[in-house]
Amino acid sequence: MSQETESGPAVPAESEAAPAPRARKGGAAPRSNARALEARRRFIRTAVTSTAVVGAGLAGYLPVAAQADNPRLRPPGALDESDFLSSCIKCGQCVQVCPVQAIVLGDITDGFGLGVPYIDSREQACDFSCDAVQCILACPTGSLVYRKPDFLKIRPGAELAHKPVLKAKANDPEPTLNLIERAGLARLSRPDACLATQGKGFKGQARGPEFKGQMRYMAVDRWAPIPVADHPYERDLCDLCVTECPIQDAIRLEVTEAADGSKRGVPVVMEQCVGCGVCEMICPVEPTAIVVESRVVWEGEA
Amino acid sequence: MKGRFLEQIMLMLGQAPKKPVEFTPEAQKIHKMKRMTKDDFEAMKQHVRDHALEKNTWRNRRWTVLILVNILFTFSFWLDIQILEGALTASRFVGFHLIDLNSALQVMLAHKHIIVNLFIGTATVFLLWAALGGRSFCSWVCPYHLVAELFEKLHLKLVAKKLVTDHEFHRGARTVLWVLFTLLAVVTGFTVFETLSPTGILSRALIYGPSLALGWVALLLVFEVVYSRRAWCRYICPIGLTYGAVGVISPVRVVYDLNHCFHEGDCRKVCLVPHVLEVVIKGRSPDVKVPIGPDCTRCGLCVDTCPSGALKFEVKGLNKLL
Repeated sequence: MSQETESGPAVPAESEAAPAPRARKGGAAPRSNARALEARRRFIRTAVTSTAVVGAGLAGYLPVAAQADNPRLRPPGALDESDFLSSCIKCGQCVQVCPVQAIVLGDITDGFGLGVPYIDSREQACDFSCDAVQCILACPTGSLVYRKPDFLKIRPGAELAHKPVLKAKANDPEPTLNLIERAGLARLSRPDACLATQGKGFKGQARGPEFKGQMRYMAVDRWAPIPVADHPYERDLCDLCVTECPIQDAIRLEVTEAADGSKRGVPVVMEQCVGCGVCEMICPVEPTAIVVESRVVWEGEA
Repeated sequence: MKGRFLEQIMLMLGQAPKKPVEFTPEAQKIHKMKRMTKDDFEAMKQHVRDHALEKNTWRNRRWTVLILVNILFTFSFWLDIQILEGALTASRFVGFHLIDLNSALQVMLAHKHIIVNLFIGTATVFLLWAALGGRSFCSWVCPYHLVAELFEKLHLKLVAKKLVTDHEFHRGARTVLWVLFTLLAVVTGFTVFETLSPTGILSRALIYGPSLALGWVALLLVFEVVYSRRAWCRYICPIGLTYGAVGVISPVRVVYDLNHCFHEGDCRKVCLVPHVLEVVIKGRSPDVKVPIGPDCTRCGLCVDTCPSGALKFEVKGLNKLL
């Protein structure tokens, strides 16, 4: 009798099961014990995997923190960075409506910025060739807005003095863009490299024949942007950042004439700069002499 | 049948299936009949099995719909046909806002501000999936579901060759993760889950081109193939629970008929969420006809697989009309 009970599934198993936990079937381990063991294992792997998933999610903060000093340039009308990241639903409708495909979506290397739109001005700037800021119209969640809701404050210096006048619409009854805040600010980052400051002119394709970027030229076609490479320039004193700037009173060239009659110019960024990035895209110097710095506010003329 | 509604919701949240305590007299009669004539029953079962047609009707319909929807997204942008603009997280269907419920939840909680378009799009999608079955979003639209379904075949082959084993998780994990990601959105102000969502990543990749984020999707697939069958959809994805909750009130569902069932269990082998099919186990059906609970993705694999037609799609209330 006692032997039979031993081979049965009840009594002595506890001590035997512990060192050999894998013996589930036919072994000495009683079913209930094996079940408990499997349940514990299942619990552990569930907890570990769930923790890993949450951890992987939270790791998305690291790139956001790393980019804090040098944030991505967001499309026009974007809320402040943290509000933008929280409100963007990552659908890319802004990408779809942009006539020059200036907007691209962040990758997983952007962490929480995955799927969030940004603009790489040097590759393709926003030249407002849509006239109405289509990306703002397309945004379903209010990440890109004409006017912020009241509870979101405008940072000092982010607000434009008045609505920006779009040069292309200068003769229209309503020449302004419905923008209240700037996305960033242009800065002559390498004044020594700037052709104008060296008194040099420019002739040819602004960014070379291989450059894919597009722009709207009013003289060519108001509604069809063309490749910058198809529109060569000829200037005695380079002033592309000033003439190609789509916004009125955003940048000017201060020219000084030397005694020998030679001219030198300095591009000066003005308060109406919205940070669109066209100057950065068009600058023929490699690397660019002028950059748009995202989220930078106006603190007076440099 | 009383209390079954709530029980099915608890089942979706991760509770283990329970044996029913009450049976209707009709169900009892059938259970009894099936016990009494075992040889005859087995012979009948064999007969049905031998004469069953192998069919993939619902799978083919579902794959067609899933591929068409995702192609419509892609072509709306590529070919500029502008019918379904955006991605699965948010879009416009010929101008009407559609917003994914889980993404909407994340955004609303993280940003704590709801604009009209966001509300309209979310409400539209809520009504749409409340009408169409809730988790039917998973199996009929989600691109990750299709990819995972294909990799599942590989997993099952490897299991058959004893090269890998399926490690089950506690299904309550999904509920816990849903709550965690919801809280994280509120507390951190970031849409944390969107960074991980293979649904969003795949949808955007199909429309806007490949990204490094596909590496994460690949990692999930490898995990599912070598370690745990359909782990993301079964135990993790909060999108599934969000749509499952919507499906609670949906009239579109699979209905089980005890009369036609031989309890072979083929349906549970192909099912993504076999706990919803607990009722098909011999002696477990509390009634002759039992609707399958809200965690069911309405994928129709069980309907295709059942050799005796015991599982069928049904629209509640529509049968009476027809």
